[in-house]
Amino acid sequence: MSLYSEKVMDHFRNPRNVGVIEDANGIGEVGNAKCGDIMKMYRKIEDDIIQDVKFETFGCGSAIASSSMATELIKGKPVAEAKELTNRAVAEALDGLPDYKMHCSVLAEEAIQAALKDYQDRTGKTV
Amino acid sequence: MIYADNAATTRMSETAVNTLISVMNGNWGNPSSLYMHGQKAKETVEKAREKIAAAIGADPREIFFTSGGSEADNQAILSAVAQGKRNGRNHVISTVFEHHAVLNTLEKLKKDGCEVTLLDVYENGIVHPEDLEAAIRDTTCLVTVMYANNEIGTIQPVRELGEICRRHKVPFHVDAVQAVGHIPVDVVGDNIDMLSASAHKFHGPKGVGFIYAKKGIKLSSLIEGGAQERGKRAGTENVPGIASMAEALAESTEKMAENAQYITKLRNRLIEGLSVIPHSALNGDAERRLPGNVSFCFEGIEGESLLLLLDDRGICASSGSACTSGSLDPSHVLLSIGRVHDVAHGSLRLSIDEEITEADVDYIISSVREVVEYLRGFSPIWRDLTEGRKQFIL
Repeated sequence: MSLYSEKVMDHFRNPRNVGVIEDANGIGEVGNAKCGDIMKMYRKIEDDIIQDVKFETFGCGSAIASSSMATELIKGKPVAEAKELTNRAVAEALDGLPDYKMHCSVLAEEAIQAALKDYQDRTGKTV
Repeated sequence: MIYADNAATTRMSETAVNTLISVMNGNWGNPSSLYMHGQKAKETVEKAREKIAAAIGADPREIFFTSGGSEADNQAILSAVAQGKRNGRNHVISTVFEHHAVLNTLEKLKKDGCEVTLLDVYENGIVHPEDLEAAIRDTTCLVTVMYANNEIGTIQPVRELGEICRRHKVPFHVDAVQAVGHIPVDVVGDNIDMLSASAHKFHGPKGVGFIYAKKGIKLSSLIEGGAQERGKRAGTENVPGIASMAEALAESTEKMAENAQYITKLRNRLIEGLSVIPHSALNGDAERRLPGNVSFCFEGIEGESLLLLLDDRGICASSGSACTSGSLDPSHVLLSIGRVHDVAHGSLRLSIDEEITEADVDYIISSVREVVEYLRGFSPIWRDLTEGRKQFIL
């Protein structure tokens, strides 16, 4: 019996796409240290496709797992598709999160949106 | 598994387990029954009362059994406030970093018109007696201060605080849940009028504790019913739990000096080993703390992920981060000693007992160092700190 699902623990223990993209053209940072969660997402977008995505997260197990899962769900996908990704989809892909941890998946969705907005601001392209 | 969360609960001692089982098996009568089988149970309860009283320097008639520390805290506070009400007094003094069994009870009383003053505990987590002196009013009906803090382990100047209360004729309650069985507690020398304790914090069973009420202090019952515990706590006594608690306390008291010396040595080794981690800080006074308590904050990481990764390495510990408290705020204790939110989220509490070895301690030190470094490796806060976009706090 564990606090989290196997999938959450897997993504927490072995987070995918951790790190920084030096030549990212879309960066989003959400959350704040006061609440105990910060997610930063880096994107490399080419031809409207998310070629690469990486993240850094300060937060609890489910925040790290949500970040990891979110990057997996959007990597290699068209930008338009990433824009539609909801927090619920992230949570479902993790086989669910405890109720009081759902805000971690919300943070992941917000990080994706923030990075997309940054991309739009930088390139002038509307997604 | 290395168990380093003894402030949460302790493993029952072999004596405590054996006592519990043997009373359940052969001594299951109701202490209120007049036949021999019932009276045997009553005798067991009374023997336990004597043992417990002896451990804290009380008279057996001053000990009342409860379901644990929270009930004892509630009963002590509500009794004193009820008594105060009869005398036109409605002011209670406590501290900002009490256990929620105390703080939430006071919060509830405030809604009924009770006035509450919470004393500061300063950066080292210790109350200043002169602050208590200054806070006492003509209407003060209770002072309630914990003996030792459950999160940062700091030991309060109970004797001095008690002296001040005596001088002002104000009842003094001490939540000694973390202290009893670990450090010497003497209700007479410490000027204590009421005291709460819980068995599972000193290798006894869960669901049982006691309240000490000095002769002359009027306790009101929280639970109405039969005349058990001389009318102060209705309900058939938890005979096995009470007997087991008494054995556990007798054993802890007997081995206290020896255990404390051993645990303190390993605690200091732990503190020394963890202090090497850059941008970390010990929480609470370095000297005036429980023998087994180690509490740290590590900048740039969050406590829950630290705990989960330590769990993967077989280490049981706890944290005061928001994510482990189930609320958005980190521990009120860490905030009370001036740790800001960002830092309080990265807290770790290790509470060790006499079972721990030097090798365990070294393993904990290397594990915490590795996990903190790993988590900092992909923490955006840590990056901001190390790249100069944010100022280090620790």
